[in-house]
Amino acid sequence: MIGFFALAVLLIVSAIWTISASKPVYSVVALLMHFAALAAMYVTLNAEFLAVTQIIVYSGAILVLFLFVIALLSSGVAPFAQGPDRLPKAVLPAGIGLLVGFGLLVFGVSNATPLVTAVTNSGSLVGPTGRANVFGSVADFGKALFTTHLLPFEITALILMVAVIGVVMLAGDTAPYVPRVDQMKRARRDMREAILREGGE
Amino acid sequence: MDVSSLPVALSSYIGLSLIIFFIGLAGVIFRRNPLIVLMSIELMWNAANLLFLTFSKVYMNNAGHIFAFLVITVAAAEAAIGLAIVVVVFRTKKYVDVDDVRALRG
Repeated sequence: MIGFFALAVLLIVSAIWTISASKPVYSVVALLMHFAALAAMYVTLNAEFLAVTQIIVYSGAILVLFLFVIALLSSGVAPFAQGPDRLPKAVLPAGIGLLVGFGLLVFGVSNATPLVTAVTNSGSLVGPTGRANVFGSVADFGKALFTTHLLPFEITALILMVAVIGVVMLAGDTAPYVPRVDQMKRARRDMREAILREGGE
Repeated sequence: MDVSSLPVALSSYIGLSLIIFFIGLAGVIFRRNPLIVLMSIELMWNAANLLFLTFSKVYMNNAGHIFAFLVITVAAAEAAIGLAIVVVVFRTKKYVDVDDVRALRG
């Protein structure tokens, strides 16, 4: 209960920080905090796989994509280093955060509750997270994803492929090469003349 | 299994999700930097995901997990395409302000 409200406060504060930050980079940092807290919230909701996915896909992939775009857009606009290095100031909060996180991990592992068995209406067992084959575990999720919900999973692949093609079409280095008829004729004529020249010499 | 399997009342989760969703909506409406607008959209996706997982736990049915997984996939695709559009707009205009972008031609 205390965990829920602590996470809720963290989620709301980081969300407000995300939309009110003066620079996009600060927004990314706030959003990273938001996603980490949300992953913790997912664990309390028995969604282990999605908690890990949240970290890997959102914090790992999408936020890095945002950072790349920020770096790309601001390159050449402003010089790199301005003012003193910020790393010494960040050591203390980072250390405290690391200790708190590790302490929470140890606390959570040492207070694992015993397995409760009951069967839900989707056929999976009920129990605490961290065990195989209970509701919300990776095994349970995988079984549902690859049996009952296989078609949505396949459609996911299609969506990602369409997105990748769309991104390449939009932001690719050049427009796709479509030779026009006169260009093709000119290229063919140049090639023929080059061959004739080579042969004549 | 009923609602009592949640650590707090169901309405707390719904309220939290609504608050995050409307913070994201405020970001979309009031910010002019397209990158922050995209991040606000991510906030809204995640608020929806939180509710999916909450009700998934309430009803002890992992269809909500599958749906949240699909939402994450679509959000990733959306972020990629949105950022590509931002890059393209920046390449042609040299500044990015969502209020000044009226044409959506490649």
